[in-house]
Amino acid sequence: MFNHLLSLLIWLPIAGAVPVLLAGSARPNLARWLALLFMVLTFVASLFLLPQYDAAQGGMQLVESHLWIASLNVHYGLAVDGISVALILLTTVVGILVVVGAWEVIQNKPHQYMAAMLALEGVMIGVFCATDALLFYVFFEAMLIPMFILIGVWGGPRRVYATLKFFIYTFLGSVFMLIALLYLYHRAGTFDLHTLAALPLTFTEQMWIFFAFLLAFAIKVPMVPVHTWLPDAHVEAPTGGSVVLAAVMLKVGTYGMLRFILPIVPDAGEHYAWLVIGLSLVAVVYIGYVALVQEDMKKLVAYSSVAHMGFVTLGIFIAFMLARGLGDMDTARLGMQGAMVQMISHGFVSGAMFTCIGVMYDRLHTRLIKDYGGVINVMPWFGFFYVLFAMANCGLPGTSGFVGEFMVVLASFKANPWIAFFAAFTLIIGAAYTLWLVKRVLWGEIHNPHVAEMKDINGRETFVLLAFAALTVALGIWPEPLIHLMDSSVTQVVQQLVVHKI
Amino acid sequence: MPNLNDILVLLPEFYLVAVACLLLLLDAFMKPEQRHWLHWISIVVLLVAAYMVVAGQPEVTVTAFGGMFVRDQVSEILKVFALLCTVLVLIYARPYLRERKQFIGEFYTLMIFAVIGVMLLVSAGNLVMVYLGLELLTLSSYALVALNRDSSLSSEAAIKYFVLGALSSGMLLYGMSMVYGATGSLDLAQLHTVATQSAMPNLLVFGLIFMLVGIAFKLGAAPFHMWIPDVYQGASTPVTTFIASTSKLAAFGMAWRLLETGLGGLSQHWQPMLAAVAVLSMAIGNLVAIVQSNLKRMLAYSTISHMGYLLMGLVNAGPEGYSSAMFYAISYALMSTVSFGVILALARAGFECEEISDLKGLNQRSPWFAALMALALFSLAGVPPLFGFYAKYLVLQAAIDAHMLWLAIVGAVFAIIGLYYYLHVVKVMYFDKPEEGGADQPQADASLRVVLSINALALLVLGVYWGPLLGWCRHSFGLG
Repeated sequence: MFNHLLSLLIWLPIAGAVPVLLAGSARPNLARWLALLFMVLTFVASLFLLPQYDAAQGGMQLVESHLWIASLNVHYGLAVDGISVALILLTTVVGILVVVGAWEVIQNKPHQYMAAMLALEGVMIGVFCATDALLFYVFFEAMLIPMFILIGVWGGPRRVYATLKFFIYTFLGSVFMLIALLYLYHRAGTFDLHTLAALPLTFTEQMWIFFAFLLAFAIKVPMVPVHTWLPDAHVEAPTGGSVVLAAVMLKVGTYGMLRFILPIVPDAGEHYAWLVIGLSLVAVVYIGYVALVQEDMKKLVAYSSVAHMGFVTLGIFIAFMLARGLGDMDTARLGMQGAMVQMISHGFVSGAMFTCIGVMYDRLHTRLIKDYGGVINVMPWFGFFYVLFAMANCGLPGTSGFVGEFMVVLASFKANPWIAFFAAFTLIIGAAYTLWLVKRVLWGEIHNPHVAEMKDINGRETFVLLAFAALTVALGIWPEPLIHLMDSSVTQVVQQLVVHKI
Repeated sequence: MPNLNDILVLLPEFYLVAVACLLLLLDAFMKPEQRHWLHWISIVVLLVAAYMVVAGQPEVTVTAFGGMFVRDQVSEILKVFALLCTVLVLIYARPYLRERKQFIGEFYTLMIFAVIGVMLLVSAGNLVMVYLGLELLTLSSYALVALNRDSSLSSEAAIKYFVLGALSSGMLLYGMSMVYGATGSLDLAQLHTVATQSAMPNLLVFGLIFMLVGIAFKLGAAPFHMWIPDVYQGASTPVTTFIASTSKLAAFGMAWRLLETGLGGLSQHWQPMLAAVAVLSMAIGNLVAIVQSNLKRMLAYSTISHMGYLLMGLVNAGPEGYSSAMFYAISYALMSTVSFGVILALARAGFECEEISDLKGLNQRSPWFAALMALALFSLAGVPPLFGFYAKYLVLQAAIDAHMLWLAIVGAVFAIIGLYYYLHVVKVMYFDKPEEGGADQPQADASLRVVLSINALALLVLGVYWGPLLGWCRHSFGLG
């Protein structure tokens, strides 16, 4: 059987960026169709992961390993487990939707926009496949360049500030991760994640490496207090940039935690689990309140992203408490599973929310909540989708937002009822800021004459929103396939937690 | 008595000397409109020399003239890249020189003499030879900087370069004399064994300090970096490109010859000194570069910081470290040829394209050259997957392997600070609106466009395929 599927998934979109770029600004439509073609091809290729990957068996599959730098024993190593497969599928789906979403919206140099998206997609898939730490780092950092250009060229008025902040902030974190990786290489003589997981480390070493990793990934997630780049980046990014950022890029942070912190420094992870859990709760509660007072729709959704990602980090680190502190492996798995489902669900919901805001922005060129009101009167179909995603965003049962959060809250109750109490706060605050947003934007009288001229969504926009809606609802009422896909991988991740490496 | 074998070992160098003299003569009999022949002849001559170096590469280390001249793998690799970089400089320089009526024969002969200096320097087996090679290189460079006779800026730069250069050469010579006094030997290989048993260890260390000053000056490492910004800015851009690429390879070669081949036994003395110089260079280079508005000056400060990273590899004082430093020197030379090459391509009559603001909105006017410049800048900043990242990664690894984790952390922190000013230029090119009188679609020669594109894309390709180059570097230092 063809055993370079992962390489194909990474390099197909990156290679696709070249003809799209060559199409040039003279032939924008050619560039758009080519970009769509490559996105669809990548998506189709990613579907082959499902039959190829044996979910029941779990573990790292579809392994590709070639010696990259012989003298340093660096490998071009790729493999996926259930969690990676789910994230890759998320990436390829979102890739199609952002290309369609940007179709007529991006008029300035569309070929460069599309090429940047394609390159970004390939690199993100690379992050989810890499099993060699140096390769992971290269992909992890390479994401920055296309995103930097995307925000900087097609962004809003303060785009330069936002994109520089985004780049430097992320680079800051990852540079320390590089030092940690180099130290691990110095000790182990390899970057292979599997070998690094087996490397015994003293507690002091683990502590420093833990904080280096945590800084890198916490910035990416982002966690409080290093989240401040996200609202700026989101607000200024073009719609497609925001969607990719929220739907996929943030997941790279939590994915990195799974692949690096959990297996390599489990003892330090246990010791400092309280810190991450505390920061996650701050994100859930405090950032929820911050979201409440936002006047800019995109900022509101950006803060709500921080709050929702707090659930993911909470689920991951509550597993430490449960598995190592209490020895309760089943509940630890529940929490971890919840975190994974939340990752995928947040990908769809936040992507959909940003798409909705983009749809409104394209018509009125403002993101301020006060400029809207009564949109439902002129855009009923849009209103339907918007309410649906808003409900998913506040975790209504029957939507995907509910499943992950519920599992995480349930698991944290076992660890400590107070943690569950604060985590469950999100049900109130999340509902508050989301529903209030809907109330102010959709319902009520039309007081802005420009709103009265807004046209309902066209076929292209309907397609994008319909796709997001279908995925959100499907995941909400029937999460079983997703859970099954990740089940044995989650078990293996949790088993890594209880290893003592000192 | 020199025999035929000695001459054969030095064949590429002798060949270049002979051709340089011939070119000087040829130039005198050439009509100005025929001068473009000189350009192509020089390029062919340098490529032939590079071929001779590769073809004549010895399996084992060969010495000639009683150990004065050493031909080993390190010197061969440095020579090949020095010759290639010089070819790049010549190709990038032609339209620039022609438009400024500086398209004269001296430029080519001086360049070739400077390269001969580089080749002798990196092959030096004796302190006297080090000095000879260095002087041939720097004297040619002084003249090259001053070549633009009508510009007061370039005359100022040349005077500054000359005075400081002479001072540092004096320091180097002074240090060498003391080392000679302490050991009674000028031969580097002998020094290596004698240095540890010297009867006058203090005098030896004293000499070492002066030699380090000379090395730091030639590299352009802080606190001996003062000449770099003025020379980079004042010299005409082709000469700056040469100083930023070929000369850096030579400076690395010299540092390695003196410190490891000669005074390797004193590494516990020079390691901390080099570490301090490295930290200072990274700090001063990266911090001061932020406030520059002149592109060439900014790149000058960026050079200073890069030399700090290069020194980080040397601090390791082991073959791993030396190979990483050599990798760094080569990668830096290739990156700076691109960055200055784009400046040269965009310059036109009466427009130097020296200010960062000149690049405003370049992506709208010439997306291809904006992309090439962006590649060079991201690579200089050390962002993966570009070539420059791997060079940084290797020197950081070398510092950690030498149990200097703190140095690696300092290097990482300054890499973040350095990122800002590179991103700033990318920002100017991509996010700003173009201005009247700014850089436009270049009208440069086809040869420049093609070669510069290959040069820049190599940064991307080498970012994936850097194994072979690293393999050569490691192999030349005896590593697997």
